[in-house]
Amino acid sequence: MYEYDEFDADFVNQRALQFGRQVQSRLSGDLTEDQFRPIRLMNGLYLQLHAYMLRINVPYGCLGSKQMRKLAHIARVYDKDYGHLTTRQNMQFNWIKLADMPEILLELASVEMHGIQSSGNCIRNITADEYAGVAAEEIEDPRVYCEILRQWSSLHPEFSFLPRKFKIAVTGSEKDRAVVKAHDIGLRLHRNESGQEGFEVFVGGGLGRTPFIGKSIRDFLPTEHVLSYCEAILRVYNQLGRRDNKYKARIKILVHEMGSEAFSERVENEWAEIKDTALALPQAEIERVRGFFAPPAYETLPDQDPGFDAQRKAEPAFALWARQQLARHKVSGYAIVNVSCSPVGKPPGDISSAQMEGFADLADAYNFGEMRVTHNQNLVLTDVRKKDLFELWRKLVELGLATSNHGLIGDTICCPGLDYCALATARSIPLAEKISERFADPAKQEEIGEIYLNMSGCINACGHHHVGNIGIVGVDKKNTELYQLMLGGSAEEDASLGKILGPGFDEDGIVDAVENVISTYLEMRESGEKFIETYRRLGPDPFKDRLYSAPA
Amino acid sequence: MPLLKNAEIIKDPYTRVEGDEPVPDHGAVLVGLARWQTDRDALIARDEDVGIQLTSADAPELIAEDLPFLSLVALEFPAFTDGRAYSYARLLRERHGYTGEVRAVGDVLIEQLHFMHRAGFDAFELSSDQPEKDWQIAQSDMQVWYQPTGDKRPTATQLRRR
Repeated sequence: MYEYDEFDADFVNQRALQFGRQVQSRLSGDLTEDQFRPIRLMNGLYLQLHAYMLRINVPYGCLGSKQMRKLAHIARVYDKDYGHLTTRQNMQFNWIKLADMPEILLELASVEMHGIQSSGNCIRNITADEYAGVAAEEIEDPRVYCEILRQWSSLHPEFSFLPRKFKIAVTGSEKDRAVVKAHDIGLRLHRNESGQEGFEVFVGGGLGRTPFIGKSIRDFLPTEHVLSYCEAILRVYNQLGRRDNKYKARIKILVHEMGSEAFSERVENEWAEIKDTALALPQAEIERVRGFFAPPAYETLPDQDPGFDAQRKAEPAFALWARQQLARHKVSGYAIVNVSCSPVGKPPGDISSAQMEGFADLADAYNFGEMRVTHNQNLVLTDVRKKDLFELWRKLVELGLATSNHGLIGDTICCPGLDYCALATARSIPLAEKISERFADPAKQEEIGEIYLNMSGCINACGHHHVGNIGIVGVDKKNTELYQLMLGGSAEEDASLGKILGPGFDEDGIVDAVENVISTYLEMRESGEKFIETYRRLGPDPFKDRLYSAPA
Repeated sequence: MPLLKNAEIIKDPYTRVEGDEPVPDHGAVLVGLARWQTDRDALIARDEDVGIQLTSADAPELIAEDLPFLSLVALEFPAFTDGRAYSYARLLRERHGYTGEVRAVGDVLIEQLHFMHRAGFDAFELSSDQPEKDWQIAQSDMQVWYQPTGDKRPTATQLRRR
């Protein structure tokens, strides 16, 4: 993974000291809350319902064991002994005291971490495919360009006061695990006919109140131009994006109102002016950064491991876990391990400091000291030898991190909701817990098969409900929490937005409704069909009929 | 409003001429875009320094042709959150090659100074009581830069290659 040099280290230390000074000014009263607010937001510190929340960037989801131990330390010393994995591959702490912030930032800086631009109307943490560098079907490793973009976007002098926040995601695979079409800029690495590496560029995707699937504005952008092209997009957006209404300020609205062709023409004209400036990346610079992501020292191993096969036969729980949680690695004899942080009846994405530390030890023992955070609020070990899987699984069981629900109904995406968030209109975590309890039986989950259930506690859609196969959004109706159900969303390469099925439900009613949707699917699916495929074949009617026809 | 230029407080040499106010016989003046468009020839014929103040809705392309006659372009920040003028300043410097004064006016806060300076502003109307101290803090806090801009400060990437 990327390692800081003196420049990166100085940058983060200087910023931590600067914020320390600003916090002192706030505590002494020299800065008012109004003056302090933009400063704290640019450093990742929110004021939530009950306390300050600190969001710490995990650059494109990549985390080292030393960093994870530091996060555990922060959770234990400065928070309530747990942290929360977010849909932007970050970690957030919900109970931070302002006076502790200077110390926390210096602690983070010591392990190459920070909260810079994890909030505010600026370019946020760049996200990527959590299988970057190891997916069997990967075309190119997106992390190289994520890191280049990370540096370019850090305290950008022109783009730190944009109309609204700005999110960039990069994938290098055919299979899109980074939801690139739901981002302000989505970059898809691929190769053209002559084998040259480049990006397809999507703009104007996003969820929130007004969801849009991103529009492709360029089929092929040579990688050396990635910074100048992004700078051109941001420059057009910074000048033309709406500033009169914060709900219409995202780039998706600009692209929609201008039309993607007119927008793209503006970008191309701007780009023509700047593409051959100092923003053009020399090949040597790309190669220098690529060096940080060189494959670890893999052993030469047979792809089949007899021990692994025997252990699966002997231990059904291990076999179930292996069926659900493993993905194919590009190197023979290795596996990608998905680690679920959505156990039955617990808040999706929460992780205790003991789990963080235990997991860091496992990363050291089995995974070259590295791990990934996923946008599904889970963790991944990318490089585990198949012969180590059984031992790893037993240790994950001890840590409470061996839930077998990857890509199943129990593996929900869920925002913090009304339990934490000042914007929320309904609770979301308790509902996620109830649904996971309703479908707790692993055999039942496996029978249902691949399905994505996403849930948000308000229309701002932090829980990505529009792109869940089943989406749930909480609304407030006459002071009662009401949950609307939508079906048909997808966050993958065939991205689509779900449609609301009908009138909403109360908290118990929505759990029953989800069960009814699932029963309908199980009755009507054809052999081998995933939920989304059945829905796309049949449309919403059979589900509507089941949910809203008068009981017999 | 104190004016900070080259790290010092200076007396603003420009007289603001608002709306239809008469232009003084002598001395540098600062006018809005509408006045410039109406009285352009007369303002040039005065043979004194003249500056234009642009609102955050006015892109510098509007005055690109006139830049040779202008010794000052003042860019407004109606609120610190309105960042359009950062793009305008860069375009003035880097696209149009403007070398006169680019002044930040409006909601100009200490925390924005380092971004503004890098974007090409060289003068700042600050509401603070201690603008010189603000300036020192703003310039000393952060000393690593990742983006190439018209101010030609070496970026981390460029320094790594040395």
